[in-house]
Amino acid sequence: MSATLATRPQHTPAQAKRAKKRDGRQGGNVLVYAIALAVVAITLGPVLYGVLGGFRTNAQLAENPAGLPEPWVLENYAGVLKNPDFWQYALNSTMIAVITTIVVVVFGIMAAYPLARYTFRLREPIFMVFVLGLLFPATVAIVPLFILITRDLDMGNTWWGVALPQAAFALPMTVVILRPFLMALPQELEEAAQLDGASRIGFFWRILLPLSGPGMVTVGVLAFVGSWNAYLLPLLLLQGDMRTLPLGVADYSSEHSADTAGVFAFTALAMIPALIFFLAMQKRIVNGLQGSVKG
Amino acid sequence: MIHAVAPEVTYAASPPASGGPGLSERRRSTPSGLPPAGAKRTRKPAQRRKNLEILFFVSPALLLIAVFMLVPIIQAVRFSMYNWKGFGPLVDFVGFKNYVRVLGNEVFTDALVHNLVIIGGSIALQLPIGLGIALLLNRKMKIQSLLRTIIFVPYVLSEVIAGVVWFQLLQPQYGVFDTILSKLGIQGPAQGWLGTPELALWTVLAVLTWKYLGLAVILFLAGLQGVPSELYEAAEIDGASWWQIQRKITIPLLGPTLRTWGFLSMIGSLQLFDMVWILTGGGPANATTTMASFLVSEGTKRQNFGIAAAASVILFIVALVLAISYQQFILKRDSQPDDERTKRKKAKA
Repeated sequence: MSATLATRPQHTPAQAKRAKKRDGRQGGNVLVYAIALAVVAITLGPVLYGVLGGFRTNAQLAENPAGLPEPWVLENYAGVLKNPDFWQYALNSTMIAVITTIVVVVFGIMAAYPLARYTFRLREPIFMVFVLGLLFPATVAIVPLFILITRDLDMGNTWWGVALPQAAFALPMTVVILRPFLMALPQELEEAAQLDGASRIGFFWRILLPLSGPGMVTVGVLAFVGSWNAYLLPLLLLQGDMRTLPLGVADYSSEHSADTAGVFAFTALAMIPALIFFLAMQKRIVNGLQGSVKG
Repeated sequence: MIHAVAPEVTYAASPPASGGPGLSERRRSTPSGLPPAGAKRTRKPAQRRKNLEILFFVSPALLLIAVFMLVPIIQAVRFSMYNWKGFGPLVDFVGFKNYVRVLGNEVFTDALVHNLVIIGGSIALQLPIGLGIALLLNRKMKIQSLLRTIIFVPYVLSEVIAGVVWFQLLQPQYGVFDTILSKLGIQGPAQGWLGTPELALWTVLAVLTWKYLGLAVILFLAGLQGVPSELYEAAEIDGASWWQIQRKITIPLLGPTLRTWGFLSMIGSLQLFDMVWILTGGGPANATTTMASFLVSEGTKRQNFGIAAAASVILFIVALVLAISYQQFILKRDSQPDDERTKRKKAKA
């Protein structure tokens, strides 16, 4: 918009006033940057404090809680990295998240396909099942779920025992996001595929799946994030060697409450790989969340 | 119907890839002379094949939902009618007594109030702050995407990790928060922010705001991208000030995003568990108990499965009532056709 104004040679008083206003806004930018800086400090402060705290000793932390590492100590982080429990928790978290993600993406795209591209009488009622599923958080069913998995299915303290219910509760959101995505693929593609002799299943495999890559990545990342961060279900179902990272972090911090520096190191290491992955996938996460907001 | 008939043409020429049922259809349709007659006769098998396909695609997801969602929810309703400690058969039928006991339990009613405070507090804090930050960031800035990423960091951390870090920061006296305050000449509460019953819930609310503000900002910023820039240009030409533009154009057009975000925030606050469990465990003196933490501690610590189930049914009913009223009174505006929206929809199509 500034370009259109700039190309006009003659300056009327009104335009001069407008130009002045724009300058005024640029002056306001200092304020904007100041606020942005404050927001960044408040947002990142606690996270950085935890990471830096891992480089200090407990004595340093007690003496001056608000200080910087002086000198930097690596023992805390080294101790966590040498701790086999940490790697076991990380493995459990990864496996449960991977199983959840695969189940959610595969079952989700399968269910979304006929709901998006077939016409049949039960289409809307079946879709309503998924929409209603959004209203049931796992919390509501947590006690019977615990009994079902530990006693009836004998899957307590296993990866699948956590991953399958997590997938079930992630499916409604997945289908609700994927259906409009699949509906948006042009009808001409399907007609062309049929003319070329593809069945509906062939169309699904050869055309729809490759084209819905972005949608599947979005729901996959959301499912992965949800599983990786989950606490309540693993808390009830997993013990000992099967615990996930959030459980490990929580237990470590209550068992070693005197070792603040160790707790910081453990927590920081537990968040760093996830943080890198999620920030790399940031666009996908945001897309998925936006999709859910736009409805 | 188009779907049911159209494949007729293609199956006749389709490669063997289409599998078993396709073969039988081909056999039936080729001998028949005229295509319309063939179509009529083969409509039923084609229909059956289509139904089988639908069943094949939809059933895994529906099965998973039935086993891990529907069955436990029905069980919750069933358990809520019995006095059951988790062993032996369900025999001690008590009807609605568990509900009476839960609703008569001050810990639970307080928990419900805490949930409502968190709902109201989250919206009252995050809406203005999030909107303010989003409006400030919604301009051409070199560091805009970096800022967005940074603001998003707390959201991608798990509540457990955020909670453990904040728990350390908020330790009474020797925690960093109190240290900084005492340098400013302010004495933190003796029992700590999380240990003082009057302050604990508000402290939890503050930590939740820190954690979820990024989501609000990201969603609002995304909504702002959808406001057509011509509107800004027109308003600017009409001499509107920055503040006028935000108030008269941006915020009204952001309405749907704000309202849907409010809905998500409300549902999230109703289920609040992880952060409370890590920061306070529901204490001190049940000052931060939520409905979810109440039912988990009744179910797992005291083995009062009947009580826990009744509490979870009440939690669901509260969520449902709030969701429906929100839908009725707030989201309804979005589904009412007004000129602005129909115009935008047409432009999209």
